[in-house]
Amino acid sequence: MSSAHTKTEHGHADHNYLNHGSGIWSWMTTLDHKRIGLMYFATVATLFLIGGFFALGIRLHLAKFGAEPLLDPDTYNKFMTFHGAIMVFMVIIPGIPAFLGNFVLPIQLGAKDVAFPRLNLASYYIFIAGAAIAASSMIFNQVDTGWTFYTPYSTAKTSNGVILLVLGAFTMGFSSILTGLNFIVTTHKLRAPGMTMDRIPLMIWALYSTSIIQILATPILAITLLLIGAEKTLGVGIFDPDLGGDPVLFQHFFWFYSHPAVYIMILPAMGVISELITAFSKKTIFGYRAIAYSSVAIAAVSFLVWGHHMFVSGQSTIAGIVFSIITMFVGVPTAIKLFNWISTMYRGTVTFEAPMLFALGFMFLFTIGGLTGVFLASTGMDVHFHDTYFVVAHFHYVMVGGTLMALMGGILYWFPKMFGRMTSDLGGRISWVLIFTGFNVTFFPQFVLGAMGMPRRYFDYLPEYTNLNQISTVGSWLIGLGFLVGLITIIHGIFKGEKATDNPWGAKTLEWQTSSPPPHENFINTPTVTAGPYDFR
Amino acid sequence: MTSVSSSSEFQHQHHFKSAEHQYASSKQGIWLFLCTEILMFGGLFVGYLIYHSLYPTVFKNGSETLDWKMGAVNTVVLLVSSFTMAAAINYVQRGLHKIAAIMLALTIACAGAFMVIKYFEYSHKFHVGTVPGKFSLVDPTCGAGGKRAECESKISALLKNPVELEKNHVSAEEVTRLKAVISQPKWEMFYGFYFVMTGLHGIHVVAGALLIFWIFIKTLRRKVGPEYYTPVEGVGLFWHVVDLVWIYLFPLLYLVG
Ligand code: HEM
Ligand SMILES: [Cu+2]
Repeated sequence: MSSAHTKTEHGHADHNYLNHGSGIWSWMTTLDHKRIGLMYFATVATLFLIGGFFALGIRLHLAKFGAEPLLDPDTYNKFMTFHGAIMVFMVIIPGIPAFLGNFVLPIQLGAKDVAFPRLNLASYYIFIAGAAIAASSMIFNQVDTGWTFYTPYSTAKTSNGVILLVLGAFTMGFSSILTGLNFIVTTHKLRAPGMTMDRIPLMIWALYSTSIIQILATPILAITLLLIGAEKTLGVGIFDPDLGGDPVLFQHFFWFYSHPAVYIMILPAMGVISELITAFSKKTIFGYRAIAYSSVAIAAVSFLVWGHHMFVSGQSTIAGIVFSIITMFVGVPTAIKLFNWISTMYRGTVTFEAPMLFALGFMFLFTIGGLTGVFLASTGMDVHFHDTYFVVAHFHYVMVGGTLMALMGGILYWFPKMFGRMTSDLGGRISWVLIFTGFNVTFFPQFVLGAMGMPRRYFDYLPEYTNLNQISTVGSWLIGLGFLVGLITIIHGIFKGEKATDNPWGAKTLEWQTSSPPPHENFINTPTVTAGPYDFR
Repeated sequence: MTSVSSSSEFQHQHHFKSAEHQYASSKQGIWLFLCTEILMFGGLFVGYLIYHSLYPTVFKNGSETLDWKMGAVNTVVLLVSSFTMAAAINYVQRGLHKIAAIMLALTIACAGAFMVIKYFEYSHKFHVGTVPGKFSLVDPTCGAGGKRAECESKISALLKNPVELEKNHVSAEEVTRLKAVISQPKWEMFYGFYFVMTGLHGIHVVAGALLIFWIFIKTLRRKVGPEYYTPVEGVGLFWHVVDLVWIYLFPLLYLVG
């Protein structure tokens, strides 16, 4: 890569990162963060389709429309495991940071690229390798443990496929660490002149906090997964009660990562929402600092609350109470964000294009997910709700209703920047209506089912749960249809969408100051920043 | 702190302002990565502390069966290697490529020596059967599946067989210690930690040696020098962390007990 690009080289408006080098090979070896972002997009979207296939399979089985069950119990467990593992490790965790984050973070900072472009490409291939290893367990030796791999079942009882799945997750974790590291250094070192830390867009604050979690929590997952591998291959005994080990220690290790990981999933989503709300309200964000610091606060608190997944595991009562109280604290920074977004919209010039609809969908669904989280964080209530469909509904409201809504909104919002074309607004809206209604039809009944006592992860249920389950299944088809419409809208936009201007939404952050799509090095002249990121008048 | 002169022929990458800028960024990246390494070992240390407090006698007896002399020699080997590594960085920075390459070669040799000693330690453990769970060499059916008693009786039988003991270099003193170990319930726990911790560390030693070899080639080809030595320093830092982890592992496994 040459180091000195002259101005004339990018002088033409039609010279951009998409046609800077052509052919599949130029993509596979690219060091351009924008292209790497799009490669993540293609990969994650494919994985999402596979995960979605399993989801619809699970739901169809649970509807019990026919006399014969669709899946046998063993297959059901495998469907559930692959669904959960794919969606968590391969869709939601990398989704926003690795795809949208990679695309926008350097541009929003006014940088030419991330700090370590080669490492960035390496992270992508490490992710692919991890996904391939994990997927090979589908072929060689399927896994039925659920995505949480609880011991001793995973280590002492079930098939060796666990080793593959765990190794794949380990590898993808490595990729996640490297991406986080890259983002942190980029944010520290590559900001454009004048871009002080209190002028970086809120998306960056969110990605920055996420990166901190990725760096601090993922190593613990790494060692936990390695230990599962060691238990399975060597019979080490650390989690195996037969040998004196303690399965609850596994749960501590696992949730010490996986609870913060929930914020790896949701913090970037909140960053996207902050961008969307300001852009479509045409108003300076209310409480920039409060939103920025609340991201960091959420990151910090997320490390102290893992025990709320283990209220009924036999940990001490004191631990339960302490974890319960600290968990409630997470609500504070979260509420701060919500109130700030609402205050931003208040008296703004709000317009309701498709991305904004997804942002509002996020706020609505995430609020329900968050409030039901408070139920689960109360030790007494959790005894009733634990491992019921209430929990399933809760985390889908948070992860799918929250993160996927933001992901869809983010895609539609930055789409003109990525491809230089607009998506059909109507297509986006139809997709939104279907996903939003379908989502509530699918998951709201599951709150009721859970409260009635239907356990999660079960292959079968009592007759009184039938109706609600069937409603839920119908809802899942609406969601599926909604994503299909979304996909068609995106593909149509890429090839047939009308040409986008440089700043179609009239937003103020830096990525909108360069051409659509941006040149290879993002800006022809490095921008100088003189004001905050959302200076609407 | 040495600084990098940007006036030299070394070209910094296009997205950095200057060579200094690139150097500072790389260094930050390396440090962040090393934090994750330490955290990963941290998980093991936490587990070790928990089980140590649950089964103090098991860990005491277990640690007495380890050969602290070999561990001590390995500690010295690694300390020397850290020194040669630091020296290599210094020589590269001063443009003394030849002596820098020699220092790097010495570092690799130390890594090799460390692994050889580990090999002797491990194979001895395999012979006497103090291995975790499934891989008990004494009898493949030993271990995980609740056949502990059987397994222990096999080890005790071995301990009573002078010919076998002679063949495997087991001293009378060691027999006493081994007997003390297997008289404890859950004795495998100690060896589980021993093998996982030293195994993971060993993998890092090998990875470190490979990285140093890469730097060694770069040095010979004069791809690094006073203007540009970031990779040398990065690998050096990694190697120091590998050393540091051992500095904690050694007393914890071999001495504390
Ligand atoms: C069309 C949308 C979806 C439907 C209909 C659906 C349905 C289901 C069902 C029925 C289960 C099994 C619950 C149980 O038996 O305990 C489940 C589990 C799960 N789902 Fe989804 N899901 C959908 C999308 C997603 C997405 C996008 C994610 C991404 C985060 C996700 C994450 C999970 C997780 C983590 C589990 C738990 C798996 C386990 O406990 O082993 N789901 N889902
Ligand atoms: Cu949690």
